[in-house]
Amino acid sequence: MDTIFALASAQGKAGVAIIRVSGPMAHDAGARLCGGALPTRGTKLRTLRDEDSEPLDQALVLTFVAPNSFTGENVVEFQIHGSIAVISAVLAELSKFDGLRLAEPGEFTRRALENGNLDLAQVEGLADLIDAETEAQRKQAQTVLAGGLGQLAERWRRDLIRAASLIEVTIDFADEDVPVDVTPEVSALLSGVQADLVQEATGVGIAERIRHGFEVAIIGAPNVGKSTLLNALAGREAAITSEYAGTTRDVIEVRMDLAGLPVTLLDTAGLRETDDHVEGMGIALARRRAEDADLRVFLVESDDALDVKMQPDDIRLFPKADVRKDVKDAISGKTGQGIDQLISHISTVLQSRSAHVGIATRARHRDTMTAALSSLEKSQEILQQGPELYDIAAEEMRSAIRSLEMLVGRVGVESLLDEIFSSFCLGK
Amino acid sequence: MKHSTYDVIVVGGGHAGTEAAHAAARMGAKTALVTLRRRDIGVMSCNPAIGGLGKGHLVREIDALDGVMGRVADRAGIQFRLLNRRKGPAVQGPRAQADRTIYRSEMLTLTENQENLLIIEGEVVDFMMKGQSVDGVVLADGSEIPSRTVILTSGTFLRGVIHIGDIARPGGRMGDRPSIKLAERMDQFGLPLGRLKTGTPPRLDGRTINWEGLETQPGDEDPTFFSFLTKKTQAPQISCGITHTNERTHQIIQDNLERSAMYGGHIDGVGPRYCPSIEDKVVRFADKTSHQIFLEPEGANDHTVYPNGISTSLPEDVQADYVHSIVGLEHAVILQPGYAIEYDYVDPRSLSLDLSLRDVPGLYLAGQINGTTGYEEAAAQGMVAGLNAANRCLGKGEVSFSRSNSYIGVMIDDLTTNGVSEPYRMFTSRAEFRLSLRADNADQRLTPMAITLCCCSEIRKLDFSSKMDKLKYARVLLDEKSYTPKQIAASGIRISQDGTRRSGHNVLAFPDVEFEDIIPLNPELSKVSLEIRRQVERDAIYANYIERQNREISAMKRDEMHVIPQELDFSSISGLSNELQQKLRMTKPHNLAQAARIDGMTPAALALILARLRRDSKFQERRA
Repeated sequence: MDTIFALASAQGKAGVAIIRVSGPMAHDAGARLCGGALPTRGTKLRTLRDEDSEPLDQALVLTFVAPNSFTGENVVEFQIHGSIAVISAVLAELSKFDGLRLAEPGEFTRRALENGNLDLAQVEGLADLIDAETEAQRKQAQTVLAGGLGQLAERWRRDLIRAASLIEVTIDFADEDVPVDVTPEVSALLSGVQADLVQEATGVGIAERIRHGFEVAIIGAPNVGKSTLLNALAGREAAITSEYAGTTRDVIEVRMDLAGLPVTLLDTAGLRETDDHVEGMGIALARRRAEDADLRVFLVESDDALDVKMQPDDIRLFPKADVRKDVKDAISGKTGQGIDQLISHISTVLQSRSAHVGIATRARHRDTMTAALSSLEKSQEILQQGPELYDIAAEEMRSAIRSLEMLVGRVGVESLLDEIFSSFCLGK
Repeated sequence: MKHSTYDVIVVGGGHAGTEAAHAAARMGAKTALVTLRRRDIGVMSCNPAIGGLGKGHLVREIDALDGVMGRVADRAGIQFRLLNRRKGPAVQGPRAQADRTIYRSEMLTLTENQENLLIIEGEVVDFMMKGQSVDGVVLADGSEIPSRTVILTSGTFLRGVIHIGDIARPGGRMGDRPSIKLAERMDQFGLPLGRLKTGTPPRLDGRTINWEGLETQPGDEDPTFFSFLTKKTQAPQISCGITHTNERTHQIIQDNLERSAMYGGHIDGVGPRYCPSIEDKVVRFADKTSHQIFLEPEGANDHTVYPNGISTSLPEDVQADYVHSIVGLEHAVILQPGYAIEYDYVDPRSLSLDLSLRDVPGLYLAGQINGTTGYEEAAAQGMVAGLNAANRCLGKGEVSFSRSNSYIGVMIDDLTTNGVSEPYRMFTSRAEFRLSLRADNADQRLTPMAITLCCCSEIRKLDFSSKMDKLKYARVLLDEKSYTPKQIAASGIRISQDGTRRSGHNVLAFPDVEFEDIIPLNPELSKVSLEIRRQVERDAIYANYIERQNREISAMKRDEMHVIPQELDFSSISGLSNELQQKLRMTKPHNLAQAARIDGMTPAALALILARLRRDSKFQERRA
């Protein structure tokens, strides 16, 4: 049984964060992080240190012994300061330990259930939370993919499928008219992915792309004043505003601190039918980003049809309060009318949600890429020894693809067969 | 004629049917095999070969369970080749050309001699019904044969239509009628049906082929057999010939494309991508000016030659034209034209893991009727259905196979979870635990299961346990002592002097180290037999990977242990999204591992299902 860990305090913006480690190696991991053995059960105040003995944080460390813990396994919980930097550092440190891995959403619950520590009613209570976490992570991943990483991941998927299918064709169709030695092409494909991964995993790639905090999209028909509102909220000219409809073609992002919460505001291209190809692309992108955002602010007249679905908690306001008679539920970026109410509305909604999804996603992406990288390196090494070891090279490649699944999507045998049958004339 | 009651009736004497009948009979169930004609038992209606990559694995597994296909194929084998001989043992697949006549007569003899098994000649036209359950079959002459279970292995006979050019006529195989009445009864069950197609090439008279100058492909000098019990070849060995299509061949096909049944729009069924017709090859890969053709003799004393690689649905005159354009076949006489066949299959998602229909108690389906192709895939399903039908009659539990213990398990899981979009064929890449599921260790994986099920002959049991004793002895020798790098280097093995002590197993895992190289470390190792030496070498190659796979396997096994009762009402689990409820209702996963493979499944949903299973089982415990 693997030992798993994750941020266990998902709700709200808290001063304290809890990181839980569960499984046979939990106590060892705890001792290593605290620089000394822990009591088998109980609470201790300890300094957590990284592998170079540099202090990470002061933590309240709780030790539980199987079966008397949430999961029914040996468990260590670290209560640490809720800052993003501290949480990230502790998670990163834990993932360096052999035999430890990040828990999937719901995995603690699953183990508790397996060990008879939860009943159906309790699980039903938790299911919503797990689903929310799964959904939040999925949204985060999509946000990341919608950025530059999406194109990269798309390329990785294509290249890995091609590489794996070349190897498989030499194995499964050995008695047909197919190449015997595919090492040069496969090796080149893998090298490309490896180079990207090195840059993303060890460089600044992930940190840049994964935003912590929330995304709030501003949506409405063209020229209702979305950009003006954004500028008013951000206090600077982030989006180009003009009186011509369709000015905003790209999604404009402004990062800001809204009532203490890290928020990225998205100004989206006005949603309307258009013949302009470039604007059309902008609108499609806007729609996608808006759907995946944590919250949407709709600037619409009461009879406007919505292209983007309203989701629970979304905010609906009338545009251009400065030029309308009835100013109830209306806002104006130009005069600042209604801005304060909007800010407090947004922060009330967001405060009830987790602010830590970004950290979890960042940690997971880094783990994913590091694991994939190590499998690809081994695969390369084996490939160089020629076709006789292709079965083992294929196994390492499979591991790499599985590690990257959350970024590149599931690659099943059908994906490989599709590539194989479209590239080779096979079959007797 | 009055028939007595059987435990298991198998309808069909093809590869699925014979394997199913033998499996049920070996289990001790009173079994009848109903076939149109006794001489059709064990007929190979497509190419005269058994095994290959993935397929060879299936045959080894069938044999490990004491099935018949491997033994019969070995007796009929006229050319044995181990595919991927130069690659790792995990991806090596045994293959053999089989003598059609020998295969059929050997299969008939084994079937006639099998205890508890009776062959009945007749055409099954209907099922006997008791409420919703099947409890026997009705023959064309009106006689009824009652039975507790029925295994239907009707191959391509359900609404089969044979196409040659623009001529189409009903038929299940060349020269046979299709089963129309049975298809109508199947309709009444309301099962989801689909349509598939497959094809064959024209058969040639080998005496009219000019073999001079053609490349030949001999078998392996040291043949690898399918059966763990076979020690030597029994039929005379032959070589296959190789020739190629050319630009003129392709031109003839291009010029006549619209006369092909497939390209003329006469066929709706989906064909297998890995078994394209020559029309397909010429159209889809137009830049390829030549395709390989294997000329496979159908027997040592049979003049018929199966030209593997040019299956077709073109009219007879075009077939003759393009065949004659090929080097060596200039004067070849066509004995039987190639044809395409379209047939109905039942969506295998309507089957349980034991291959019984969920909604028609007592009826099992195996083989092509489930959307698969290939003798080996059919036989493997026959094995699963036969074992399970027998066990049901004997009041014992389900015989289940897992993705983690066999290719059989991979196939059953693929079929029942995903269904098929083209005729399903086995590939080694379908098995995620490929390095563990090898042809060489099929006996270690499955023979213990056969012994527990009591479907294993005494001879095999003895053979297996003696092999296992020898293996155990060798493994103890390899593990009991460890050696310093100095000692290892002294026996001539290159090693870095890192101070780490290593066991014999560790040293054997080094690339290029053979068993013979480590004998100097412990002279007792020289007592290990050659067969066992090779076996431990194969295990050692993958040692690290197998350990890793075992961790994944044990996680999967834990999930498989959580069986989901078929009557579980997913809509009564609050918290499951509508979308997932719908998917679960459609797929009806048999256990949590299968549920986890459903597209879009979330950890929360799995936890909910598991919690529900827990509660229900506790509830039942309390009531009991």
